[in-house]
Amino acid sequence: MTYTLTRRLAIVATASLALLAAPAAAQDWKPIKPVEMVIMAGQGGGADRLARLFQSIIQKEKLSSMPLLPVNKGGGSGAEALRYLLDKEGDNHTIMATLNSYYTTPLRTDIGVNIEEFTPIARMALDTFVLWVNADSDVHTLDDYVAAVKASGGTWKMGGTGTGQEDSLVTAMLEKEFGITMTYVPYGGGGDVAKNLVGKHVDSTVNNPSEAMGFYNAGRLRPIAALTPDRIAAFPDTPTMGELGHDLVYWMQRSFVAPKGMDPAAVAYYTSMFEKLSQTEEWQSYMSEQALLNEFLTGDALQAYFIEERGKHADLLNAIGEGS
Amino acid sequence: MDLLAHLAEGFATSLSPVNLMIVIIGVTAGLFIGAMPGLGSVNGVAIVLPLTFIVPPSSAIILLAAIYYGAMYGGAISSILLGIPGASTAVATTFDGRPMAQQGKAGLALIAAAVASFVGGTISVVLFTLFAAPLADLALAFGPAEEFALVLLAFTTFVGLGGDDVLKTIIMICLGLVLSTVGLDLISGQPRLIFFDQPGFYSGMSFLVLAIGVYGVGEILHTIETSKTAPQVTPARLTFGSLWLGIKEMNKLWRTMSFGSFIGFFVGMLPAAGATPAALMAYGLAKLMSKNPDSFGKGNIEGVAAPETANNAASTGSLLPMLTLGIPGSPTTALLLGGMVMWGLVPGPMLFIEQPDFVWGLISSLYTANLFAVLVNIALIPVFVWALRMPFTVLCAMVLVLCIVGGYAPSQKMHDVWLIAGFGAGGYLLRKADYPLAPLVLAIVLGPLMEKSFRQTLIAEQGNMMAFIERPLSATFIAISAVFFLLPLLKHFRRMTRRNGASERPAE
Amino acid sequence: MLMADRLIAVGIMALSAYFMWHATVLPIGWNGMTGGPGGGAFPFWLSAVMLVTAGAILIRSLRGKTAYSGNFFDLDTLRSVISVFIALVITIALIGWAGAYVALPLFILWYLKIFGKHGWVLTASLTFGTPVFLFFFFEVTLKILLPKGLTEPVFTPLYAIFF
Repeated sequence: MTYTLTRRLAIVATASLALLAAPAAAQDWKPIKPVEMVIMAGQGGGADRLARLFQSIIQKEKLSSMPLLPVNKGGGSGAEALRYLLDKEGDNHTIMATLNSYYTTPLRTDIGVNIEEFTPIARMALDTFVLWVNADSDVHTLDDYVAAVKASGGTWKMGGTGTGQEDSLVTAMLEKEFGITMTYVPYGGGGDVAKNLVGKHVDSTVNNPSEAMGFYNAGRLRPIAALTPDRIAAFPDTPTMGELGHDLVYWMQRSFVAPKGMDPAAVAYYTSMFEKLSQTEEWQSYMSEQALLNEFLTGDALQAYFIEERGKHADLLNAIGEGS
Repeated sequence: MDLLAHLAEGFATSLSPVNLMIVIIGVTAGLFIGAMPGLGSVNGVAIVLPLTFIVPPSSAIILLAAIYYGAMYGGAISSILLGIPGASTAVATTFDGRPMAQQGKAGLALIAAAVASFVGGTISVVLFTLFAAPLADLALAFGPAEEFALVLLAFTTFVGLGGDDVLKTIIMICLGLVLSTVGLDLISGQPRLIFFDQPGFYSGMSFLVLAIGVYGVGEILHTIETSKTAPQVTPARLTFGSLWLGIKEMNKLWRTMSFGSFIGFFVGMLPAAGATPAALMAYGLAKLMSKNPDSFGKGNIEGVAAPETANNAASTGSLLPMLTLGIPGSPTTALLLGGMVMWGLVPGPMLFIEQPDFVWGLISSLYTANLFAVLVNIALIPVFVWALRMPFTVLCAMVLVLCIVGGYAPSQKMHDVWLIAGFGAGGYLLRKADYPLAPLVLAIVLGPLMEKSFRQTLIAEQGNMMAFIERPLSATFIAISAVFFLLPLLKHFRRMTRRNGASERPAE
Repeated sequence: MLMADRLIAVGIMALSAYFMWHATVLPIGWNGMTGGPGGGAFPFWLSAVMLVTAGAILIRSLRGKTAYSGNFFDLDTLRSVISVFIALVITIALIGWAGAYVALPLFILWYLKIFGKHGWVLTASLTFGTPVFLFFFFEVTLKILLPKGLTEPVFTPLYAIFF
């Protein structure tokens, strides 16, 4: 079974098409009041940090005529934000910053939300996943890792953010691929997870590079393998799972969506705003520092991507017995 | 000396005229934001953060530090004057601060809070300067088991001392803990206790909503009832003479304040804990060590000084894991962390080596901001005290408006405002029936951390309950909490046996 | 007073039972798969403790072992408490519909003029001053938008000026 969750080439191609097709009507509409930027996560998480970075760049580069006001609605793994967006039908001054819980939360709990109804705006980037161990550990390669987990007899502790979200899905993927069992310990946030790995309270993690970068630079953490198709520029010596003969790829998407029924002119305005944002120097350098992949995507292609991803996540959740 | 040279350089920047102006503006803005129930440093920092990309980084750090400290000082103001803790860190300040204000000693309480905050801030910045790097490793040693033990300790230092009806205290603790579980179960990722299928409950019940409801609306309703026609709020008088007297009064509290500072710094430094347990522990310990513990909760100045030193020390302490480990201990530090990343700084163990200019600039800004925060605060005390002299019906109307707006602001949901009204009515009735409200508020603050760390430990240790006492750090904390819990019982027991006389001494 | 004590105890018991019923949606026992208690265990068992403790208070009260006397409510002032609370509820309901900038001034107007019997100068200055302060403090400075309900369009020109 393979878990390739993106078809990069196809997506890049459609993304450029979507950009070309962006209507010139974008100039006609402007926000007349501050734009609410709903964040599907609590304050201080990776999604929140990114959303506030966008807010800052937009403000600094004057990309919007009205300020963007971030509002955190992270309750219920984003269920709160999704319900909120549902109630905002037809509102031209609300956008939402999403992450993968955009699909997993409605799949796991019935909250009366169908993400197909929302209006896609733009996908800013894909975040990557890397398998980490403590730098003091004896595990240097993926083979060491599998052997160590097997030797522990199921007591190997894998730390991750939440349950039924990205980290636990990746853990389940690893377990299935290598025929191993681990004890998954859920934490509140990526920084917390990384700290617990450095403090040896867990044995391994699948942190995003941005969460582990500080410790990696200090030589406290060791990347074992990347769950990406190509090597990550920041870790040139870390092999990908594919190179090691395991077809494991998983992404975290960072996108913006809008409520159902937003005026097409407003959609065009926000789309072009994020397009300009994606070309700013600040964002480009942030992406390269934090090992994010620049995968800008808009419009129908983005919606198709969301629906495809939702299908894959439904399969994944079913496979680990988490689906509803 | 390397350290001093770095520091001197930092001071040179932070004391330039422009930066001094920034500090004063930042501190004043922070004070007012912090004094508003419902708003805290997180709001101030969130607003300023985007601006920091426009001004030079050194000024940006100073502005952030000034707002951060200003808001920490400001939290005490609403606790003392209105009895509403504006932030969870200021809960313990209400216990004695509010009674002092009711006795007409609001000015003294505010001075005590300001001076104590200054002492706490200063001691912790010094500790920060000297030991930042080695202490980071201590924070790493804290896993879920240690976190649980620490929360337990925070609970027992406080609850073990209660003089209220035991049964009613138990109910209030349980109620607070149950309310804290509303929303999402982190461990299983499932929603729980979503009453009436209202989406507003997905984000849980925040401490602020409960505190504003119970202490704000509930307290106002209670005052309206007890005040009859002629409202009785002792007018506070304040002259420069009494201001000076107040500062001299603080001189007697060195022991409490230094204790509070150390507890605050060390507890605040631990990523998960933060300033709230620190303030509670400092309050509990001050009461425990006091010669007349019964005066606590009735307007003892020590009961204001202890938590205020601790929460300010802790907010400095909580910068340490943020800088050295990249882990935010509070929403505010999380925002600051985001800011650092945007400035192109990578928080982590290497920060002190790779970016000394930033680190020492920040530390010297902390010194400056702290100094100006206390000065601006003391200068403004007469203004705050004057606010209390408004006619009672005016004050009530204004406080209720603040409760509504302050309850709405953090989450921007009307759902929370309705909850505030509900908690207000509930708190009013419970208070009349002699149910203690402090344990309720404490439990909702500490509950989530307690449950999470308890269950994380058991998952990681395959359900082995012994895990908590097998680890030396957590075993120590649990032992200390056991002592704190048993101490009042022991005292009570001894008093009983003494009263019964030697002949009737129980066999045990 | 005794009666109120009992009623509140019964109320807490009912509330605990309601919480317990809600908590059973998630496993309340030891979770064999992950180790440790299930997601419903904390709220369920804590509510159970509440139920038992409130029961104990009820029994204690029925046995007459409490030292309460007098009326629970001060009947002279209860009217004021209830009218303030009702005004508060109406205000909150009005915020959702007509917005904070209509509801809050009306509340202040009622409280100062009708309930507090203050003069027109004070009433008017606070009734008009408070929304202006709220707008500049929350919306302009802190960028926290207050709910506006029906009055939303009125604010469009203000946004254009201040943002």
